[in-house]
Amino acid sequence: MSPARRLVVRVVALVTAILGVNYVAWRWFFSVNWDAWWIAVPLVLAETYSLVDSLLFGMTVWRLKGRGEPPEPEPGLSVDVFIATYNEPIGLVLETARAAERITYPHRTWILDDGNRAELRARAEAEGIGWITRSADWAGMPRHAKAGNLNNALLATEGEFLLILDADMVPDPDILDRTLGYFRDEQMALVQTPQWFVNVPEDDPLGSQAPLFYGPIQEGKDGWNAAFFCGSNAVIRREALMQLGISRYAGEVQVAVRRALRAARSVIAKARKDVPADQVEVLAALDDIAHDIERARRDLKRGEPLFDVTYRFQQRVARTRRELVGADLRALNADLAVIAGLDQLAGDPGQSLATIDETALDQLADREWSPLGAVETVEALVRSIDVDRGGEAQPIMPMATISVTEDMATCMRLHALGWRTAYHDEILTGGLAPEDLQTMLTQRLRWAQGTVQVFFRENPLVQKGLSLAQRLMYFATMWSYLSGFAAVVYIAAPIAYLTLGVLPVQALSTDFFVRLVPFLVVNQLLFFVVADGRPTWRGQQYSLALFPVWIRSFTSAFGNVFLGRSLDFAVTPKEKREHTGPRWDLVRPQLVAMGLLVLALVIGGVRLALGHASGLGTVLNMVWVLFDLLVFSVIIKAVRYRGFEPEPTPEPAAEPQHRQSVHQEGAA
Amino acid sequence: MIEFDVTTTADGIGVVVPRGRLNMVAARQLRETLTGLVEGGSTRIVVDLAETTFLDSSALGALVAGLKTARQSGGDLRIARPTESVMTVFRLTNLDTVLRPRDDVESAFDA
Repeated sequence: MSPARRLVVRVVALVTAILGVNYVAWRWFFSVNWDAWWIAVPLVLAETYSLVDSLLFGMTVWRLKGRGEPPEPEPGLSVDVFIATYNEPIGLVLETARAAERITYPHRTWILDDGNRAELRARAEAEGIGWITRSADWAGMPRHAKAGNLNNALLATEGEFLLILDADMVPDPDILDRTLGYFRDEQMALVQTPQWFVNVPEDDPLGSQAPLFYGPIQEGKDGWNAAFFCGSNAVIRREALMQLGISRYAGEVQVAVRRALRAARSVIAKARKDVPADQVEVLAALDDIAHDIERARRDLKRGEPLFDVTYRFQQRVARTRRELVGADLRALNADLAVIAGLDQLAGDPGQSLATIDETALDQLADREWSPLGAVETVEALVRSIDVDRGGEAQPIMPMATISVTEDMATCMRLHALGWRTAYHDEILTGGLAPEDLQTMLTQRLRWAQGTVQVFFRENPLVQKGLSLAQRLMYFATMWSYLSGFAAVVYIAAPIAYLTLGVLPVQALSTDFFVRLVPFLVVNQLLFFVVADGRPTWRGQQYSLALFPVWIRSFTSAFGNVFLGRSLDFAVTPKEKREHTGPRWDLVRPQLVAMGLLVLALVIGGVRLALGHASGLGTVLNMVWVLFDLLVFSVIIKAVRYRGFEPEPTPEPAAEPQHRQSVHQEGAA
Repeated sequence: MIEFDVTTTADGIGVVVPRGRLNMVAARQLRETLTGLVEGGSTRIVVDLAETTFLDSSALGALVAGLKTARQSGGDLRIARPTESVMTVFRLTNLDTVLRPRDDVESAFDA
């Protein structure tokens, strides 16, 4: 990073911020047309949204960090290369694995096969490539998708460093030589490299490449020690992950037990009501458990360690269970004695239950068999007052499981523990991007949902251990996904003017233009100087054109986090789909929006011709509509795209210094 | 390198003494040792850390996994005699807030 470029970026960012705040403040205080509040207020809110987005972008690039040549790696480090797969074609996985084998720095390659495929296992092992699938501990437990797959593999391997690759990400042989050197810094937890796709044409109709994100945005975040983990193409220090896993465990068992203790009284009271009054023993057992819970609560309050308190509690409950079974057995024995007395002629009296051994008693007192087992709510309560995390396959889950995109949440937690991350801006892998609209939409929705889940579950703005700048860097990415709501307003406002003559601004005065135009110009200039030759238009288009996806990500993640609904989560398919003709149905909201925009143009023209509208206002809003249509034109291109066909030119695939095209920029 | 001494007391308590560096390479061995004890019927286990010169988060992971296995069989796992440097690792991960190391192996399972 030359000092001159950094200076230019900072000056433009500063001017953009000043002009932006000047414009939006003027909009709020002096120019909202309150008579048309229904469109005026949404518009000024959308403009404020865009200003905040611009300010966060300016802050991101303020500390653009060009790391340049990486440090030499120390020799002799142990490295595991993980290739995570679920259902990708076996040939594709093996191709990636073979490339991983060719990585020059000494390492071991592992295929993490969440599909548990016998054929993949056989073929991998035939080539000497490691194969790992979920251990028996996972049977019947929450699987947590890719995070679970990685967590399982972490316990089955022992390398000091892990290179994580998606099944389609074919690594260069020097990927470790170019990244391990950063770990000379003992506080360095993770090094992320770009994700670049080989099956994308020059004009990138689906916006697969993210040249601004895997470039200035990550470099800017890196400047604030907030470079993100993006799920693949990253090297991670095992110790950092494990330390995260342990400290999360220590924190979460405390929270879980305290929560269970708080709920205990009402659970027991309710259970007592449900037990028939003649079951005196069970009722007495419930009293005992209630008493034990009170003791546990008191002990914790006195500062006794959680492990000891929960152990004693479990032991007491076990005793209660045994007593219950013992009472049952005595009753049964008495009954049998009566029967035996009635049936004295029987030749073989059989084994008396009175002689039943201790082991059998223990077995009968086991959770499921004891009479208490019938009182399921109480059993669940008792189980949750423990530190074994019985509801999970592993007590230690280093990769975060709170989101369908485990990467961002995990990285944020690492930062909160004080670890550092780095972004190394060099393409060291070639992956496969979706080649059809449906897959692309599913993938973008998944990324957006994952990000929003983290926003709702672990809002970065209130995470302890993060610096203010780190909080804002995470928040910036989440904020960028709100663009869907702003897009709706940016479509509706010019339509409202052209069709109804409603102006959300008080007047199209000189004041208005003098404030707005310079802001728009410098804002674009900021993009231009930051991009430094990388294409940004595709990304700008998709951030508006995929507005239904972004909106759905918020509504579905909200439903998931707060209402417990499913996200309809789907794994992004990597293989090519059967071509079934253009899928216009997938972009219906966009087509409706485009139809309304065109209609507004016609009506606006008619109104102007009839003298019902002002010339300036009409022309201005028509330009706005045309801009909107230009943005949305990418949707037509995307629907018509028929998949990647390699250029017939004999030249070797030109891998650009920087990626060829763009996708929704905040969105990764 | 690391060695594990494994013994069982007269009360049926399994005692594991790791000698040396307990790191990510040794973690799996520790986990398997602990699981083996529980499967062999010693559900109460003491891990004596007096001769453990170094311990990392992977080793802590193995201890927690052992604790889970022991608890699910109705037993428990306890830590005895950690050195100051090992305690630092417990503090770094907040594990010290939920467990109390015991002063000696013999009394580790006394109330």
